[in-house]
Amino acid sequence: MLLKDAVQLIRSKNAGPFWVTVDVFCGNPAVFETVQKSLGTKAVAAALQVPLKHMKRFDIASLHVIKFSFPRTPPQGARQDRDMHGAQYAHVLMGLEISA
Amino acid sequence: MQTRVLIPTGALGLGFSQEALARGVGMAPDIICVDGGSTDSGPYYLGTATSKYSRAVCKAEWRALMLARAELGVPLVIGSCGTCGADAMVDWMMQITTELAVELGQQLKVARLYSDQPVERVKAARLRALGGLKPELRGNIVALAGVEQMQAALATGADIVLAGRMTDTAVIAAYPLLRGAHAGAAWHGGKIGECGAQCSTNPTSGVVVIDFDERGFEVQPMARGARCTPYTVSAHMLYENADPFILHEPGGYLDVRAAKYMPLDERRVRVEGAKWVKADYTVKLEGAALKGYQSIILALLRDPYYVKNAKIWLEKMHRVLRPLIDAQIGGDYALEFRLIGLDATLGALETGSATPNEAGVMGVVTADTQAAASEIAKLINPFLLHFPLSDSEAVPTFAFPFSPAHTDRGPLYEFTLNHVMPLNDPMAAFRLESGVIDAA
Repeated sequence: MLLKDAVQLIRSKNAGPFWVTVDVFCGNPAVFETVQKSLGTKAVAAALQVPLKHMKRFDIASLHVIKFSFPRTPPQGARQDRDMHGAQYAHVLMGLEISA
Repeated sequence: MQTRVLIPTGALGLGFSQEALARGVGMAPDIICVDGGSTDSGPYYLGTATSKYSRAVCKAEWRALMLARAELGVPLVIGSCGTCGADAMVDWMMQITTELAVELGQQLKVARLYSDQPVERVKAARLRALGGLKPELRGNIVALAGVEQMQAALATGADIVLAGRMTDTAVIAAYPLLRGAHAGAAWHGGKIGECGAQCSTNPTSGVVVIDFDERGFEVQPMARGARCTPYTVSAHMLYENADPFILHEPGGYLDVRAAKYMPLDERRVRVEGAKWVKADYTVKLEGAALKGYQSIILALLRDPYYVKNAKIWLEKMHRVLRPLIDAQIGGDYALEFRLIGLDATLGALETGSATPNEAGVMGVVTADTQAAASEIAKLINPFLLHFPLSDSEAVPTFAFPFSPAHTDRGPLYEFTLNHVMPLNDPMAAFRLESGVIDAA
């Protein structure tokens, strides 16, 4: 199934002009466990076209959240930038397949 | 000693509930703290030293806060005046404050903290890079102040502090720290409160109150029906933070890995356990510089045949245009087309493939002068209106929603620094001035 259909909310936002952070809110412990197992950092990095070594991942059990942070290319507001606040990167993750 | 901080909103200009503000004032806070800026809206505002928010809106909100301050007899402080926190925006807030003091008949002691950095100072400093960006030392540069500079401003006995660029957290943490609050709690509470009621169940209501003490802090929203829960409070550490546990600030970093979030009742949360770890004193720099001038041109494709073949059509047209621009206008320029409805937002990251009813074609021209950008947009105009997919078909005419079809967008600014600057003395890169407005 698609990640967006499994979880409660996926949002993204700039973390300063040079980073983007994506929060996957799973909603409850069961979904968190499923997503934690089936959502690979490698697949996320590939979909976002970010080198794996630049991808930071935080699995936060207390919030049922999996968070990804990565350097933004282009930086916010650069000539090639398409999304000043970085809020649409979330849609890239929404379309990822996970095995539920 | 407990310090009660009233935070009316995440940013001056963003709006807040007047009723919630009145309730916050009724709680007898020791200080009112509000943030006025962020890099979140892009490099233009620092590049031009201007505000993103309307002056009229900022003035109306500042009036409400100045009235609240007068009623309480406590300091009112704002950090990062006018979005970018440049010196010109501190002066802009000073002008607004002076107008309001006259209108309200208030006598005020006002301190101004300036954060602009002369290029020579930054050139002489041993900058430390936070990423791969090569520093460009030109344009407007500001340094983000921490708590020390705000404390120096408060020490003047100011009724109102208008600060240039500083960290959102330091605006809130400065006063509690001055009064002996737990350092980890002061910075942690500063982060939790920096977006106002974003840490509650009603983010747009704006107003929160945070009580700081020697062990922790307690947070509560002021809007009727809004609640702070351990979930909403701890989840705010995720927001706009690359790392949800570690936050770097001037003079150290905040570590919230051991923080405990405890409900006091249905709408209040107590937090303890965050650590403040001291480090060398560095301040983060932000710079924005001119990178050219832009013109944009927009056309709409409604013909299903062209919508279906939009990418091929666009590549073909782009191939025809390039040599024409080089031959007839020349110079350095960049031309980019984005297909709205297909992949204008995500570009190469787009995986969707549905065919829409229509597509927008946005041409973006960047050149060294506005005149050159405008000339190139005008050269593109007839092509964007009539370019056929093949020679064998009737000449199409697409939709231009405007006359003229192109728009001169003005200067393009980009961020030029992702660096920190070490300081021996926190005040070494900041300027403090104070004075009295006597309109009583």
